[in-house]
Amino acid sequence: MNPYELTIAEATKQLAAGSLSSRELTQSCLERIEAVDIKVKAFLVVNAEQALLQADEADKILACGEAKPLCGIPLSLKDLLCTKGVVTTCGSRMLENFIPPYDATVVEKLKGQGAVLLGKVAMDEFAMGSTSESCAFRVPENPWKLGFVSGGSSGGSAASVAALECPASLGSDTGGSIRQPASLCGIVGMKPTYGLVSRYGLVAFASSLDQIGPLTRDVTDCALMMNAISGYDAKDSTSVRQETPDFTASIIEGVQGMRVGVPREYFGEGLDPEVKAVVTHGIEVLRDAGAEIVEVSLPRTDYCVAVYYLIATAEASSNLARYDGVSYGFRDQEVHSLMEMYKETRSHGFGAEVKRRILIGTYALSAGYYDAYYKKASQVRTLILNDFNRAFEQCDVLISPVVPTPAWKIGEKADNPLAMYLSDVLTISANLAGIPGISVPGGFSRDGLPIGIQLQGAHFREDSLFKVAYNLERGLKLLPQRPGIT
Amino acid sequence: MKFETVIGLEIHAQLKTESKIFCGCSTKFGAPPNSHTCPVCLGLPGSLPVLNKKVVEFAIKMGLATGSDINRINQFARKNYFYPDLPKGYQTSQFDLPIVEHGEVEIEVDGKKRVIGITRMHMEEDAGKLIHDDREPVSYVDLNRTGTPLLEIVSEPDIRSPEEAAAYLRKIHAILRYLDICDGNMQEGSFRCDANISLRPVGQEKLGTRTELKNMNSFRNVQSALEYEVRRQRDILMEGGTIVQETLLWNPDRNCTESMRSKDDAHDYRYFPCPDLVPVRIDDAWIEEIRATLPELPEARKLRFIQEYELPEHDASLLTNSRELADYFETAAKACNQPKKVSNWMMTELMRELKGEELSTCKVGAEQLGSLVNMVETGTISGKIAKTVFLEMMASGKGPETVVEEQNLGQVSNESELLTIVRRIIADNPGQVTDFKGGKTKLMSYFVGQLMQKTKGQANPALANKLFTQELAG
Repeated sequence: MNPYELTIAEATKQLAAGSLSSRELTQSCLERIEAVDIKVKAFLVVNAEQALLQADEADKILACGEAKPLCGIPLSLKDLLCTKGVVTTCGSRMLENFIPPYDATVVEKLKGQGAVLLGKVAMDEFAMGSTSESCAFRVPENPWKLGFVSGGSSGGSAASVAALECPASLGSDTGGSIRQPASLCGIVGMKPTYGLVSRYGLVAFASSLDQIGPLTRDVTDCALMMNAISGYDAKDSTSVRQETPDFTASIIEGVQGMRVGVPREYFGEGLDPEVKAVVTHGIEVLRDAGAEIVEVSLPRTDYCVAVYYLIATAEASSNLARYDGVSYGFRDQEVHSLMEMYKETRSHGFGAEVKRRILIGTYALSAGYYDAYYKKASQVRTLILNDFNRAFEQCDVLISPVVPTPAWKIGEKADNPLAMYLSDVLTISANLAGIPGISVPGGFSRDGLPIGIQLQGAHFREDSLFKVAYNLERGLKLLPQRPGIT
Repeated sequence: MKFETVIGLEIHAQLKTESKIFCGCSTKFGAPPNSHTCPVCLGLPGSLPVLNKKVVEFAIKMGLATGSDINRINQFARKNYFYPDLPKGYQTSQFDLPIVEHGEVEIEVDGKKRVIGITRMHMEEDAGKLIHDDREPVSYVDLNRTGTPLLEIVSEPDIRSPEEAAAYLRKIHAILRYLDICDGNMQEGSFRCDANISLRPVGQEKLGTRTELKNMNSFRNVQSALEYEVRRQRDILMEGGTIVQETLLWNPDRNCTESMRSKDDAHDYRYFPCPDLVPVRIDDAWIEEIRATLPELPEARKLRFIQEYELPEHDASLLTNSRELADYFETAAKACNQPKKVSNWMMTELMRELKGEELSTCKVGAEQLGSLVNMVETGTISGKIAKTVFLEMMASGKGPETVVEEQNLGQVSNESELLTIVRRIIADNPGQVTDFKGGKTKLMSYFVGQLMQKTKGQANPALANKLFTQELAG
């Protein structure tokens, strides 16, 4: 087996035993990137030299026997996590040359663990999209079927992990941007509870919805990554001051006594029969493992897309106002006045989808429309949270599809933003409610495209998600999955 | 037709915290451009604000000092607009849930007391500064000031004249200085004021169309600008015209207001709750803790001055207008135990010689003024000489004892020395002596004057009187 095929847990064992060095592992990943990224197009930047230095550093620490869990493990980062001295583009022309003078808190934490940072991966521009097609530089492709989308907005993260370029990646999830590409690429992806992982250094799309999370090849690795990145951060006022548990403690067999809720609204119109079959099978697997299956209702599900696209765009219109060409980022030079500088800079620096969302958000916050749109949406958001709270009185986790369909062809929905928005329906409610969600590989379509299963839990009940996800993974016996790409 | 003036003031007070409102950068004035900045106040992608607790504490102090309600839950909101001195494209401020509401202060104009309501006070961040090149069409951005905490204090439209506006402004200024939460420097911009002003026919309930005045960077400017605007609006209304709702800039060089933007150009700031900051929660215990630290405020100090130092209300009122003045008075009064005399000195000589400069720049310390008063009381120098000594103290910063000694200004109290001169004056003025003895006792001051002339004002006046009375009685 090639080192690049190892999961974090497997690699860690070999690293600790001394049968593998971080340099060998990193070199192996770099070679894999060299071989397949020309097709997968996940990476925007590969920092081979720096990565090997970090690997050597990790090998020294490993030799002392005082290594932290991620020491020596190569990872990729979605290109909206600020990395000191390394370009952070957010997939946008606007930040094509932006080099942050500081590390995001999660990047600091990974460096503190001794992890090896291979490079930055592609994404939808400013994380706005479901296919990564709005990336200004390159569009990642689905390692299971080239020419198909890898999902978005963390498409590069999912593609890099699924293509075995690295065992794990960090992405961000504002409305499903980790879970959806994880599902489309056949890997595990978690959006943690809002406030569990610091957002400091995550370039904001919609501040009240954004959350950083891991994309990995299995549930155990996901727990390991969560252990490394969770925890209170004084630099993020919305991060929650509490002890972080050891998430790997939930990786245990057996779900006896656990109640798994099936929200009926998530199995309605537009759900691909193949997706439905995969999730139904997943439910049976959990029942066989001893879980109690209960039907629950989330009656406001229909409003989620509307509420989400008002709140997310309103916040985005304000968050993206700083890209004005004044002190960093792109500036259109062919201008003769301040107003012209703003207009031309923002017209040419942003892509179509970002401009569309800034316009929607600006409109939603405008005098005379605020009450009908932003304020109303905020009120309905509270009702959506109430729905979840009621559901979690009846069950421990909710099981559902992640995306209504498997991956589609690149370009297929690119001209139909509304169809794209509607495909987010099953993931955005978790962001509105601030609850955690995880996407676990569930099976494949006849065309060989992966289909994921989503689990959602109550606030800070990642432990329940990990336990059920792990048992689902064991019961489905899908591992190890390897796309044919070479 | 008679018009009533209606004025409301918006004051921006820079809060005197060590660090900025949402990051750890220094708030010190005068550093090289962009040296007091970090990813947070530069608004770099991914940076997040963390509220400085001291700012909340200062806002609560001001709220308590003005009898306001402190909102136990208040919230920051984003005020969205584009300008190069605003790196995030929005100002983090407060909107529908400010920290302080419903306060009041009492002002006095021409002996008439009035209560002015305070609608609200809210915390916000200051913007940076643009520096325009003198020759090239180029502008530079200095973001040192970005993120300096401000407290915006909004009055009710309770103010009825430019004099009242100035009095209200001074009162707020005094309270901020007493609380030591703002340095109150209008020139440096740490205390700024905008005004809304309208006129309405006396007796009419409905407010007239208002204009907003900006760029008034001194107490005098505020009053002048408002007086100008009252005249301008009255002239328009008297001629049957209508007031255009607009923002005007005060031009202190030309002594007039100039249009900046009309209502049509007004921004839509698209306020919404700031998702990066959780609501500010304040518990009663914290409020009580802060209340316990409040210093004596101008009103209480004035009453104490009247009682403790037996000052007339007028004196007490003036002296307690500013914390520095009141502190100065108390120190000087304690040094000589002559409060009324100190008060007189301060309100006449000291005020005149300061020529509008800050008391903090004064070379004569409070204790030195006390000693000077003391020297008059003990007869070491005369009141007249004391004024000469004071001028020298103001100029050189030397103590009164040093000045008197160096210039040999000590009072002549040697009886035999003075008696010789007294006798010579009597001998030289036979006519006046006859008149005096004939009942013109007012001539006593003439004789004393002669003596003062001959002694360069250094004769002890009490002794001089005694000697003349004694010698002329013969």
